[in-house]
Amino acid sequence: MGDTAAAKATAGPQANYEAFLAEGRFMIQRSRETGEYVFYPKVMAPSGAVDLDWVEASGGGTVYAITVNRKREGSYNVALIDLDEGPRMMATVVGVETLPIGARVRARIEAGENPRVVFEPEEK
Amino acid sequence: MSHSIRGKTAIVGMGVAGVGEAPGYSAIELLGLSVHAALADAGLKLGDIDAVFAATSSHAFASMSVTEYLGLKPKYFDSTNVGGSSFEMHLLQASLALEAGLCDVALICYGSNQRTAGGRLVSMSEPQWHETPYAPRHPITAYALATSRHMHQFGTTREMLADVAVSARQWANLNPDAFARGPLTRDDVLSKRMVSDPLTAGDCCLVTDGAAACILVRSDRARDFPQKPVYFLGAAGANWHRSIQAMPDLTVTAASESGPRAFEMAGLTRGEVDLVMLYDAFTINTILFLEDLGFCPKGEGGRFVQDGRIAPGGELAVNTNGGGLSCVHPGMYGMFLIAEGVAQIRGEAGERQLKTADVALLHGNGGTLSSQVTAFLGSEAVL
Repeated sequence: MGDTAAAKATAGPQANYEAFLAEGRFMIQRSRETGEYVFYPKVMAPSGAVDLDWVEASGGGTVYAITVNRKREGSYNVALIDLDEGPRMMATVVGVETLPIGARVRARIEAGENPRVVFEPEEK
Repeated sequence: MSHSIRGKTAIVGMGVAGVGEAPGYSAIELLGLSVHAALADAGLKLGDIDAVFAATSSHAFASMSVTEYLGLKPKYFDSTNVGGSSFEMHLLQASLALEAGLCDVALICYGSNQRTAGGRLVSMSEPQWHETPYAPRHPITAYALATSRHMHQFGTTREMLADVAVSARQWANLNPDAFARGPLTRDDVLSKRMVSDPLTAGDCCLVTDGAAACILVRSDRARDFPQKPVYFLGAAGANWHRSIQAMPDLTVTAASESGPRAFEMAGLTRGEVDLVMLYDAFTINTILFLEDLGFCPKGEGGRFVQDGRIAPGGELAVNTNGGGLSCVHPGMYGMFLIAEGVAQIRGEAGERQLKTADVALLHGNGGTLSSQVTAFLGSEAVL
């Protein structure tokens, strides 16, 4: 384990999540005991479980709800994506104006100063 | 079996100020003017107030700011801020404090100058770190997402949403104090600028100034005041999430929990409700709350609001002041639900006055469909 991992061990879930993103990894939490997945990252799962491991998200998801925020300086969509593991996250689907609810999407990490998870339409 | 708090307190003073536009006034100044109006209405003096309940969009410690500005020394105070539904929660907290003998004259108040101060929604709501990377626009993104889901699941259409705005405008046209008056058609709403699909500017509430205050006392002395008392019959809140990401099902709000508990507390059934005041920040709100409060089955709200059913002369009197969509919406609208309930129950609602107005349901909404508080007010006839 290098320095990064050691720092992670002492940081909270949000800092851990963001550190993983900076490394290009989309990680979510899962309880060892109950198997439940947690997102956004927290110190405790809805069941009360605190034995939360970091696991790589599969990246697969489905559009649960979507809107296009229309502004003079340009428009972009904001979507709620149901991850295949169960949790829901806010995100955006890149490369398209919008998608129908129920459409399949796949995650990738958009690098930059503040890296973030974005989704792309899944190829049929 | 109703709760023992039912009917034990009453609103004996109601005041509003700066509804619409009040250029040159600060939020706390408008709030102060509404308190003055409420005191005059009740025939009380400022020094009679011994409890302060307040929340605003611009004061971190609202009851503290109100206390200082008015020069009060309250024995009991509460700045519970759960967004626009705060004031329906304050009705409950104030009634409990009065009934427990912790205070004798409770003030609930709100004030905002958001229209003339900038013309945009003023909010102290902090960004949610897991949503920030996607730049949602608070609060419309959340309501637009809920609307998209409702349309997908139940076939609700933009035309149905527009009918909510049209009905609200028709009520506003009967209310000389409403800010947005004049003809409004379904096509007018549909052709307005798209802000966040599928919501146009016509699906969004107003951005106005406005302040309102009410004064509650225990019912044993409510008849000693000049105005017809408006009794508190019950209230219940439910809260399942903060950010829209965490709302379990975007088509089912916590009103489906607060509603049944409030009905039980007040010992009432839906058929006994004369006036339904629903917090309509966006057109989807009215549809969701009609469903979640049981006025129509889940998914049928869009069809329910068609054909003038909630417009003047319709089957169900909804948002008779013109609502947040056409009457007033100064950032947090919950006090104005109370103001309209009081006006209708007293019989002071002029051209829009309902023939029978003995029971008013007030449903407050806060955050992004987050905190839901259902309250009941009633006349002496239903005690």
